[in-house]
Amino acid sequence: MLRYVIRRLLTMIPILLGVTIIIFTMMYFTPGDPARMILGDEASEETVQELREELGLTGSFFERYWDYLSGILRGDLGTSYTTRLPVTEEIAARFPVTFRIACLVCLFSICVGIPAGIISAIRQYSILDYVVTIGAMLGICMPNFWLALLLILFFSVFLGILPPSGLYGWTSYIMPVLSISAATLATITRMTRSSMLEVIRADYIRTARAKGQSERLVIVRHALKNALIPIITVIGFQFANGLSGAVVNEQIFAIPGIGKMMVDAIRARNYPLVQGGTLVIALTYSILNLIIDLIYAFVDPRIKTQYARAKKTRKHAKPAEQLPQEVA
Amino acid sequence: MEQETLLSVKDLTIHYITDDGVMKAVNGISFDLKKGETLGLVGETGAGKTTTALGIMRLVPDPPGKIVSGEILWNGKNLLKVGKLGMRAIRGKEISMIFQDPMTSLNPVMTVGAQLSEVIRIHEKLSRADAAIRAGEMLELVGIPSERMDEYPHQFSGGMKQRVVIAMALACNPLMIIADEPTTALDVTIQAQVLDLMRSLREKFGTATLMITHDLGVVAEICDRVAIIYAGQIVEQGTLEEIYENTKHPYTKGLFASLPDMSSKAHRLHPIKGLMPDPANLPSGCPFHPRCDHARPECARRTPVRTEVTPSHFVNCLLYE
Repeated sequence: MLRYVIRRLLTMIPILLGVTIIIFTMMYFTPGDPARMILGDEASEETVQELREELGLTGSFFERYWDYLSGILRGDLGTSYTTRLPVTEEIAARFPVTFRIACLVCLFSICVGIPAGIISAIRQYSILDYVVTIGAMLGICMPNFWLALLLILFFSVFLGILPPSGLYGWTSYIMPVLSISAATLATITRMTRSSMLEVIRADYIRTARAKGQSERLVIVRHALKNALIPIITVIGFQFANGLSGAVVNEQIFAIPGIGKMMVDAIRARNYPLVQGGTLVIALTYSILNLIIDLIYAFVDPRIKTQYARAKKTRKHAKPAEQLPQEVA
Repeated sequence: MEQETLLSVKDLTIHYITDDGVMKAVNGISFDLKKGETLGLVGETGAGKTTTALGIMRLVPDPPGKIVSGEILWNGKNLLKVGKLGMRAIRGKEISMIFQDPMTSLNPVMTVGAQLSEVIRIHEKLSRADAAIRAGEMLELVGIPSERMDEYPHQFSGGMKQRVVIAMALACNPLMIIADEPTTALDVTIQAQVLDLMRSLREKFGTATLMITHDLGVVAEICDRVAIIYAGQIVEQGTLEEIYENTKHPYTKGLFASLPDMSSKAHRLHPIKGLMPDPANLPSGCPFHPRCDHARPECARRTPVRTEVTPSHFVNCLLYE
C-alpha cells in the first residue's frame, strides 16, 4: 500500500511538469505587455523597457521557462507584479478561503445528497422520489451564478440578514456555499440514487434480507457500502470543481479566494500569480485524486487487493476501470 | 412412520404485475414438507421454482410481485399473515435459504466472518466475540479453516463461497433450509462435494430441506420426495421411487427421456418438443397440452385436478382421471 502511494506521488512529477509547460506557454503567447500595463500609457519606452528587464520579461522562451522552473524547485513561484509580494504568500493568503468553501460545499452536499439519494432509490417512483429527482434536475440545470444572484436578492436585499459580499465571519460563507452546492448536491443525489438502485437489486441484498436483517441495516450496512464507489468518484470530482470552479461565485460575492485572485491576475497580466495559482490547483487536484483512490481501497477490499497486486506485477498501474482518469 | 408436518403450502398463487401484463409465475401450488424430510422441487427454468421459494420466505420483490392467494402454513401458522417483524424473526432462524449463485449472494465488501456473525447476532443474543467464535465453528463445519474468517468473498473459490453460504444458512440451526439450485453455478466435481456436505449436515442436524433444482441427478442423490413443477403448477408428486420407477405424467416422462442415457445406443437426445409457455399467456386447460404427445381435445378445455395414484403419489393429468 505504501509503495503504491509513493509510486502515485512520483507520477505526479511529470504531470505537474506538464502543467508548468502548458501554462507557461500560454502566458508567453498571451498578447499584452505586463510592464506597459503596470506603468500606464504615459510612461516612456525606456522606463517600460527597464521594468521589463527587472521582471525578467526580456529573455528567450527557453531562458524564461528555465528561470521559472528553477524558481519552482527552490520553492519560489516568483513575485506578484501588482503587489510586489511573493506569489507563495499571496496564494497562502487566498487558498484557505477557497479550500474552506469547497470543503463546506462537499460536506453539505454529502450530508444532504446521500440521504436524499437513498430515500429516492428505496422509494422509487413515489412522490418523494419525484420531488428529489426534479430538485436534482433543477440543481444541475440552474447556472450557479444565477442562483447566487437570486440568493443575494432574497437574503441580502429582501430579508437583509446575510452580507451580500466580502468576507466577514461565518455568515459570509452561507450564500457562496449554498449557490455552489446546488450542482454538487444534485450530482451526488443523482449518483447515489442510481448507484443504490443498482445495488438493492443485487443477490447479496436478498441474502441479507433472508438472514432476517432489518430493512434499515440492509440498506446502510449492505447496500450503501457497495453503492459508495461511484459516489466517492463523483464527490472527488465535485470537490475539485469546487476549488477551481468557484471563480464566478467568488467574483459575485467578492470573496478573496483563489478564483477571484486568478481572474484579477489574468486581467492584470500578472503572469507569476496566474502560473502559481494554476500550479497549486493542479497539485491539489492530483493529491485529491490520490486520496480518492486510497478511499476506494478502504471501501472495497477487491480494489485493495489490486493495489497490492500492482505492487508485485507493475503491469496494472491503474487499479480498476471505474477509477477516474488523472486530472491535470 | 408418521412425522409432523412442518410446512404446508396450499394453493399458493404468485403473479408479477408488470406494464406488459400479468406474469402468472406460480399458479396454485400445494405441497407438504415433514420434519427432517427433503423434498425436491423440480422443473425447467422459469417454471416458478424460485418464486415459490421466495414466496415462502416472503421475499418476492413487491412491486411487481404479488402473492395473490393461498396459504403457507409453517408449524400451523400462516406465514402470509405474519407481520414484518415476525417474518424477520423466522428468516434465517427457522427457515433459511441457500441461493443459486454463490458468486453474487455474498456481500463483496464484508468479510466472510462478519457476514456469518451477522446472522448469528440477529437471532441470538451473543456478544460480538462470541458470535465470531460461533462463526468460526460454522466455517470449520463446512470444511473451511476458521483463520479465513477475515477474508473477503473474492478471495474464495466458487465452491468455497457456496460452503460459506451453507454455513450461513445453518448458523442458527434452522428447522428448514430452502436450497435454490445450490449446485447449478458450480462445476461437477464441486457439485458432488457440496451435495455430500449438504447430505451429511442434514443427517447431523435433521434439518428439513426444500431442494429446488432442474437436475434430476441431484434429486436422485438427495431427495426423499419429489414434486415436478411445470408453468407454475405441480404436475406430479410422490416419493423418489414412485417418481423414478412409476413415472405417470407425460411431462415427467419427457424429462427422464431427455436425460442422456449411457446404456442405450441412441445417437441423439430426446428433448421435449416446444418451449415453456409464456407465463403472461398460459394455454387454456392443461398448461402442458401444446407440448404433450398424449394430448386429446379435452386437454385444451379442462384443467386436470390432482389425482391419486397411490396414497403418496399424485398426478395432475387427464389421462389418469
